[in-house]
Amino acid sequence: MQVTRRQFFKISAGGLGGSSIALLGFSAGDARAEVREFKLARSSEARNTCPYCSVSCGLIMHSLGDRAKNATPAIFHIEGDPDHPVNRGTLCPKGAGLVDFVNSPNRLRYPEYRAPGAKEWRRISWDEAFARVARLMKDDRDKNFIAQNAAGATVNRWTTTSFLAASASSNETGWITHKVIRSTGMLGFDNQARV
Amino acid sequence: MTNHWVDIKNANVIVVMGGNAAEAHPCGFKWVTEAKAHNHAKFIVVDPRFTRSASVADLYAPIRTGTDITFLGGVINYLLSHGKIQHEYVRSYTNAPLIVNEGFRFEDGLFSGYDDAKRTYDKSTWAYETGPDGFAKIDETLQHPRCVFNLMKQHYSRYTPEMVNNICGTPKELFLQICEILATTAAPNRTTTFMYALGWTQHTVGSQMIRTAAMVQLLLGNVGMPGGGVNALRGHSNIQGLTDLGLLSNLLPGYLTLPGEKETDYRAYLDKRTPKPLRPNQFNYWSNYPKFHVSLMKSWWGDKATKENNWCFDWLPKLDMEYDILRQFELMGQGKMHGYFCQGFNPLGAIPNKAKLIKGLSQLKYLVVIDPLATETSCFWENHGEYNDVDPASIQTEVIRLPSTCFAEEDGSLTNSGRWLQWHYKGAEPPAEAKPDADIVAGIFLKLRELYQKEGGTFPDPLVNLAWEYKTPAAPTPVELAKEYNGKALADLADPKDPTKVAVKKGQQLDGYGQLKDDGSTACGCWLFSGSFTEKGNMMARRDNYDPSGLGNTLNWAFSWPANRRILYNRASCDPAGKPWDPNRRLIWWDGATWTGVDVPDIKPDSPPGEGMNPFIMQPEGMGRLFALDKMAEGPFPEHYEPFETPIDTNPLHPKVVSNPAARVFKDDWEMFGTSKEFPYAATTYRLTEHFHFWTKHTRLSSIVQPEQFVEIGEELAREKGIKAGDRVKVSSHRGFIKAVAVVTKRIKPLQVNGKTVHHVGIPFHWGFKGLAKKGFLANTLTPFVGDANSQTPEFKSFLVNIEKA
Repeated sequence: MQVTRRQFFKISAGGLGGSSIALLGFSAGDARAEVREFKLARSSEARNTCPYCSVSCGLIMHSLGDRAKNATPAIFHIEGDPDHPVNRGTLCPKGAGLVDFVNSPNRLRYPEYRAPGAKEWRRISWDEAFARVARLMKDDRDKNFIAQNAAGATVNRWTTTSFLAASASSNETGWITHKVIRSTGMLGFDNQARV
Repeated sequence: MTNHWVDIKNANVIVVMGGNAAEAHPCGFKWVTEAKAHNHAKFIVVDPRFTRSASVADLYAPIRTGTDITFLGGVINYLLSHGKIQHEYVRSYTNAPLIVNEGFRFEDGLFSGYDDAKRTYDKSTWAYETGPDGFAKIDETLQHPRCVFNLMKQHYSRYTPEMVNNICGTPKELFLQICEILATTAAPNRTTTFMYALGWTQHTVGSQMIRTAAMVQLLLGNVGMPGGGVNALRGHSNIQGLTDLGLLSNLLPGYLTLPGEKETDYRAYLDKRTPKPLRPNQFNYWSNYPKFHVSLMKSWWGDKATKENNWCFDWLPKLDMEYDILRQFELMGQGKMHGYFCQGFNPLGAIPNKAKLIKGLSQLKYLVVIDPLATETSCFWENHGEYNDVDPASIQTEVIRLPSTCFAEEDGSLTNSGRWLQWHYKGAEPPAEAKPDADIVAGIFLKLRELYQKEGGTFPDPLVNLAWEYKTPAAPTPVELAKEYNGKALADLADPKDPTKVAVKKGQQLDGYGQLKDDGSTACGCWLFSGSFTEKGNMMARRDNYDPSGLGNTLNWAFSWPANRRILYNRASCDPAGKPWDPNRRLIWWDGATWTGVDVPDIKPDSPPGEGMNPFIMQPEGMGRLFALDKMAEGPFPEHYEPFETPIDTNPLHPKVVSNPAARVFKDDWEMFGTSKEFPYAATTYRLTEHFHFWTKHTRLSSIVQPEQFVEIGEELAREKGIKAGDRVKVSSHRGFIKAVAVVTKRIKPLQVNGKTVHHVGIPFHWGFKGLAKKGFLANTLTPFVGDANSQTPEFKSFLVNIEKA
């Protein structure tokens, strides 16, 4: 055990505390090193891929919280996955900052509503949100749906509401979005690939 | 990408043009440095700016923005006039020997069939001459004056090195040096790879720029080869997947297409999309179109889709025109669009001419935004001074904003640029009440369905009958959805080799799209993705990175569409006899009985080489198309047209036809184009390594490393305008202005073009009025509202501005 003169007095002042650590069979030096435990040692890992560009680098996301009841995991570190054949553990400056995207203060937390002419948002519930969106859609669709064109052909289209789909959402999201949107007869339907 | 990221290491020559992989795709770019270090590859960059990609290149050539067809057309001319092509490949695998219709012409910048008033072509002469057997006529000696080879040679004879220099501003010697390097890969055992991105797509001639590169690659015999191909570096992580799943106005999943309003007869709809072979013994894979389509309809409408009702064909909307994003905003401005949804998409920054967008959004009845972040679009009605100068009280749009999860908070797959579907796992719960996108879509759908069930309404049939067999209807799981797009058997499927046996039992997941049927006995959401979630499990979640060949084809890592194939058109990596062109890079080969190798062969597995089945199996003639027939809007051969805002006011090749004659321009937007008199500088937009579009200004780290908006100009222009590094400048176009810090750089040099000095102004686009970084102007305030004639992708890369001290 290495201690300076000053530390020696501190430990001595601790009295029983200091000596009992030694009695328990490990030195104060070891105990002090334990304070700086490797921070990823107790984290849970999840494999993911970067949501930014199309290289889709492999990621390892580290979270704390053991997922027991009332222990919600929170991601505190994201790094490149060394097993991934494309990025082999590397990340670019954007990818290296991904944890700041996950935990950005500008993440949306609740459904919100802005009334015509209003200057601010109002928080609403999911039920209110779904009910309002569905009502707006139905009213517009019922009024403007074109079942037959001028030539009398069956065209079953709805052209007064459009939908832009995401570019970083999953294939599963894309699939269900396409399925639902086409079932309404909507034709104004695009995604980021257009630009 | 025809190939994939790791395969870049196999290249002998790498061209980065229309992109800047070192800064925009940094971790993919490592495979360029790998090829340089370990494969002695030569690396070429062609770009208006000396980018960080250029900084590690063996050869950098400057080029004026928007003139890439001239450059590449010049390369074609060089290769043809020097005989530097892969002769056997061109003769056997491309349509060079096929004979073209005798009515086909190209004169004074226009192809035959142009309708000036409609700005479209009657393409009937853009065709092969066919014989009585229905097959295209062929002259394997390439002597016929109307064979594709000779027409192409004639077309590009105008693209001389002098013309390239005159239009592109690229020094002639540099251009010729690049031609010489590319020409070395005409050898059967050498390859070039082309890597491009939005620097090609975002032009009014973007699709044709890509086609010109594809033609160069076909002439050099580089398509289908390891280390070859034409490689699109897609912009976002799942742009590829969303395109494959057909989330575009005129598409259905797997590149099937929606019917037009004149195609209300189901049989005619199918016949038009089910081509007849144009040469004997071809695979002609689109002949399977009915199987893919019926399986999709079964997937959407289950038992309701029957043979008798044409599998619910009437329920599909029929197009009267394309409703792409530019058209949507045009209709909004005309008051013809009332509702708008943005799911993870920030069009206020991503579509051109912000003033027009604000006007459109302000006329909506309702706007629904689904996003993890507070986007500008959701806040378009907020006043942010000169960054967004609007009056909230006068904007009557109702806005509903719904918080969604981000990548880290969900399971699912994304498709990367190399067509790999990779599964990822949730690591944490979303903040507060945020929900997965699928749950949000389900929530809206269930409510809408409930309203139709309760109240009735206009044509509810496709909505109320949509198959919805999810365990928790309000929260379909990613696994349920993935299984749905992979497809399953709806009845026992007989083994094609022994019909007494059952290959797939009713209810089981399909092994791949080869099992699809057009009789309603299979359901499959996206045929291209079939094979991704089989009875063996989730193929997208595979994590074996073993690479036995050393070519980087990790067949047991994730799932690559189609059929887990890593390199498309790989049959073309062998000679006609089935032997690899390069014995050191053997991808697939014919072993005497079947096609085999270290990739999934892209050919009918039991078709012997002697049978003459050509490698481009999706085409009815099986050949790579140097002549595109009627597939492109502005012509079967790419031709140089100037950007709609051109700094030289003319087209030196044909002064009467300056810009793309087939590009769609809305009336009001014609008037919003600027001229070189008022706006003398060629501008281009781009992204930085530290930022990703408009998302990362919401993240702390990126906002620290690139906090403030800037523009880049060359030293010569700065001197002319009296601008010093660090000055605030105002950059304006005919549509608006932005203010930013000036970065004065040696990386942008003036070019001599058609007797004129052309300066470029570089405009990174990552700032806006929301976020943690300093507030800035959305760069699309400046850009013109016009798109590529085929894809309608906006011309963000070439427009005109003026610059002055602010």
